Parts: sequence; C-alpha cells; structure tokens
Amino acid sequence: MSKMKDTYGEQKSYTKSLKTKSIILTVWFIILAIICLLPIYILIINATRSHAEISQSVSLIPGTNLVKNFKAMTGDPNFKLSYDAFNGYKNSIFITVCSTILTVFFSALTAYGMHVYDFKLKEISYTIVLLVMMIPMQVVSAGFVSFMASIHLTNTYWPLIIPAVAAPSVVYFMRSYMQSSFSMAIVEAARIDGCSEFRTFISIAIPMMKPAIAVQAIFAFIASWNNFYTPNMILISVPLKNKTLPMMVAALQASDKIANYGAIYLAIALSIVPIVIAYVFLSKFIIAGVALGGVKE
Amino acid sequence: MASAAQRRIKSISYAKYGYIFILPFFLVYFLFQLWPLINTFIVSFHGNGNDIDSFVGLENYKALLFGGDKRQDVIHDKFVHSLGNTIILWVGNFVPQIALSLSCAVFFTEANLKIPGKEFFKIVMYLPNIITAASVAVLFLQLCGQSESTPGAINLLLSKIGIVDYDATSKKYDVIPFVEGTVQARVVVMFIQTWLWFGNTMIMLMSGIQGINPSLFEAASIDGATAGQVFLKITLPLLSPIMSYTLVTSMIGGLQMFDIPFLFHKTTTVNDELKTIAVLIYEYFHAQESNNKMGYAGAASVLLFFITLVLGCIAFYMSRDKDAIAKKKQRKKMAKQLKMESKQFGGFSI
Repeated sequence: MSKMKDTYGEQKSYTKSLKTKSIILTVWFIILAIICLLPIYILIINATRSHAEISQSVSLIPGTNLVKNFKAMTGDPNFKLSYDAFNGYKNSIFITVCSTILTVFFSALTAYGMHVYDFKLKEISYTIVLLVMMIPMQVVSAGFVSFMASIHLTNTYWPLIIPAVAAPSVVYFMRSYMQSSFSMAIVEAARIDGCSEFRTFISIAIPMMKPAIAVQAIFAFIASWNNFYTPNMILISVPLKNKTLPMMVAALQASDKIANYGAIYLAIALSIVPIVIAYVFLSKFIIAGVALGGVKE
Repeated sequence: MASAAQRRIKSISYAKYGYIFILPFFLVYFLFQLWPLINTFIVSFHGNGNDIDSFVGLENYKALLFGGDKRQDVIHDKFVHSLGNTIILWVGNFVPQIALSLSCAVFFTEANLKIPGKEFFKIVMYLPNIITAASVAVLFLQLCGQSESTPGAINLLLSKIGIVDYDATSKKYDVIPFVEGTVQARVVVMFIQTWLWFGNTMIMLMSGIQGINPSLFEAASIDGATAGQVFLKITLPLLSPIMSYTLVTSMIGGLQMFDIPFLFHKTTTVNDELKTIAVLIYEYFHAQESNNKMGYAGAASVLLFFITLVLGCIAFYMSRDKDAIAKKKQRKKMAKQLKMESKQFGGFSI
C-alpha cells in the first residue's frame, strides 16, 4: 500500500516537473521568437516614423510619417543617386523569374534524362553533379569575372541568368524525387502510343513532378532574389537604373549624404517586405523542403 | 511478322535522348563553372596589375603564404589576417548556432513536453533565413548606428535600461561602438549570422531526430533513462551523420561569408577586422584596371578551394558511419565466399 502511494506520489511530481519544464521552455521559445521578429518589426515601424523621432527614441507603435518618408525616398536628390525602387524591382524580378524558370526546367530535364535513359556516361555524369554541389561560387569568382570580361559579358544580365541552367543541387533533389515516384511504365506506355520523347517529358513528366518543381522553384526564387555577390561583381559599371534591388540597398549603407533615417528604413523595408509576405503564405512548403534537405544524409 | 516488328523495336536505342537531355546542363556547367574554375588556376599563375598576361609561376602563392619583399609582405599579412578573421567569425557563429538549434530541435521533438504553437515557432525561427542578407546588413547597420547625438535603436534601448549613459547637459550618449569597435563589430556580425542560420539548422536537425526509430526512445524510457542520458546515448550518436553534414555545409558557407562583413561599416572601406577571405578576394579582382591584383585573387581562391576540399574530407572521414562500413565489408566478404563456394560446387558437380 505504502509502496503504491510512493509510486503514485512520484508519478505526480514527475508530471508536475514535466509541466514546469514545458512552461519554462515555452517562455524560452517565445523569447527566441521575439528576437527573430524584433529587428524586422522595428524596421517596419521605423519606416513609418520621421527622422527626428527615430533618432530620439525607440517605439513599438507605428508613426504617421510613411507618406512623407516615401516622398523623401523618391524625391530627395541624394537618395536618387543610390536608390530607385521601381527599376530595382523591375530588374530584380526580371533576373529572378528568368533564372528560376531556367533552373527548374533544365534541372527537371537533366534529372529526367539521367533517370529514364540508359547510356554509357550516366553514372559518371551523376557523380560529377554530386561533386559540383560542393564547390562554392566564391572559389570560381576570380576566373568567372576575368572570363566574362574577356568575352565582354560584364555589365550585362547574361552571366546572372544563364548559369541558372546548371543547378546541381536541384538536379540531385529532382532525381531522388523521380526515383521514388516516377515509374518507367508510364514512359513505355507513352512510347507505344507514339508520343515523342520530348513531348513525353513536357506533357507527362513535368505535370507528375509538380510538387518537386514547386518546392525547388520557391528556393531558387529566394536564392536568386537575395543574391548580392554575383550581381555586384558582374554589374561593375552600370547606371543606377540597371542595378538590382539588393545592390541599391547596399549602396545606402555608406552614404553619409542621406540624413533621413525614416526614408532609409523605408527603402530597406521595401526590399524585405514582399518576400516576408510571400513567406507567410508559402511557409509550409518551405519548411517541408528544408526538412527534406535534412533527411537526405 | 510480329517477331520482326519486335526485333525492330528492340533495336531502337534511346541512349541518344539521354545525352540530348543532359546536354544543356553540362554545356552551361562547363562554360560557366568548370572553365571559370580552371581559369582561376590559370590566373593564379599570372601577374598582377599591368603585367596580368605574364606568367609568374608560383610567385603569387609564395607571396600569399610566406611574403617576400615589402609589397609581398603586406599581401601576406593581409591574407593571414583575413583568414584569421574568417575563422573567428565562423567559430563565433557556429558554436552558438549549433547549441541553440540542437537544444531547440531536441525540445521540439520531445513527445512528453506540451509546447503550444510548435509550427508557429518553426515558421518564425526560419524567417530570418529567407531575407536578403544585404538588406539585413544595412538594417543592422542602422539599428547599431552610434553617433553621439543620434544613436541607433540598440543604443537607445540600452540607454533606457541604463547600460548606456545619457548626458543631459550636452545631450550626448555614451554609446557602445557596435560598428567601429573590433570586438563589438565582430560580435554583431556573429549574432547576425547566428540569427540568419539557426532556424535552418534547427529544422534540419529536427527532421534528423524524427527519422530516429521511436522504439529506441520508448525502450530507453522503459529502462528509466533520464533525458540527459537519452540525449547523449541515443539522439547524439544517431544524429552524427546529419550533424557532420551541417558542420561541413556550415564550414563551406563560413569560408564564403561575404555579404554581411562586406557591408557592415560606416566608412568607405571595409572594416579590416571583419575582412574575410571572400571579401579580400573580391577586393583584389574588383580593383581598377591598372591596380588590380588578379593573380593574388586567383591564388587566394585556389587556396580557398583546397581548404574547402580538405575540410570536407576530414569532416566526412571523422563522421562516417563506422557500423555501416563494417557491415558492408562483412557483406562483401560473405558474397565473395558464397561465390567461391558456388563455383566450387559447380565445378564439382560437372
């Protein structure tokens, strides 16, 4: 009897300690979440406050200066030297959309070619893809720039878009996806029906690979949108209206001439907010995609 | 008739389509990645500035690694300094990052704990990772700004708490130099890197933990193992492949660290104490025509390439799954034996 009581008592304290542990951890996670959100929140709040307010105090309540900041951002001559939101968006969207389409289409094509057909160099080519995944861009950049300069492609968008065709990690992902969910019987059925090889890929394989394509398109889009390194080294001497959005934001960094914090915050916010909004809607896919990356090892 | 048609179909080879389908990838790869890599090697054997076309052999490597005359000594010092900066910044961001993400991943996956809104926390913690790093650098530059009369948000917050003094008569703040100070600026860069990446690492580790057979945890809890024992004896050993993968990718990423150290300064030049290898290479090949240091940039890139290669090999060697390798060896041995036996048997019977 007493033994049972002991056990019962222990049990109770066990659940109790679990409960306190849960509460402590929840508080800890809330603090972490606040740390993650606070800089972005302050950014958005400060985008709506005036220069004087920002330099006097920190506030968590939006101000009333959004329109004025916007006018300063588009009208101030010093601002115009380094920041042009409209053209920045246009250029960034153009480069990003082109390279995203190229990445997913050609990666799917390469993965399909490696999965469906048997040819001598199949295994070797796949091994090359895996090896290439490890080489970082920074290592090849010196040779890349000097090569681009020698064929007169610096200051154009081509070196920013065309390399998107060769995205080894996307090929790797798509090939593993096909191995798990693409049966050769479908290809053979299409052949018997007289479908050409390329059409089989376009009208049968691509629709079947939609989930993989969607996830990889999101990641390719984010990576290209956020890319500052490559544009900054290729677009050496282009006029402001041809620069990408991250380049424009980076140019704000050292300009002492701009004495309007509100407008600077607004300019930074404009580069961040669209992608945050997109993230809110797509977060489920994105997190699932990241988790998949963790399983592959 | 039918057999003839069948024969004809069999004779159709689809191999050429395989080559056609993978051709664009490899064409672009060779032109835009492999050739630039080879070109980097070529450039590293050539001169700098105006004699960019003259072959100098290993001169650039010698200057970077050992110095030489006065000019080369400067290059050597800069290279060593930036290598040190890269290592300091990487270690300072990786250690807190892995500690934070591992503890979060373990607590998130523990079934006994009741934590509300797990999905929400995951989404919020991954959020910084998708934001443009260049914008993040400029944002933190604004937040950490520190002029005495108009300090940035962080110094203002600290003055509210009472850490930063405010002199009411001169209306000046005794600010902490988050941008100019060596230690402070490094800490801020480490913080930003951790802030950007810990959510990503956490989600990867979580999916790794969820991939562990749950019956192992059940057995441990039946045997009365404490949470610490479960972590040390089950979670950590079984997580080691994915941990090593994280380590390798983080190392390679750390060696390329560019955006934030490159932009985190208020002056016209990059803060010397934040200059990483990638920034150094960028500055070398980005300089004006007659002033460029293409050869040094190439040589530094090649060294970076080999460091990456060696680090990757070491990490993979240390973390390879020893049980799996032993099992594979055993299986091979058994297969060999079986083969030999069957051969013997076949020879005997016939």
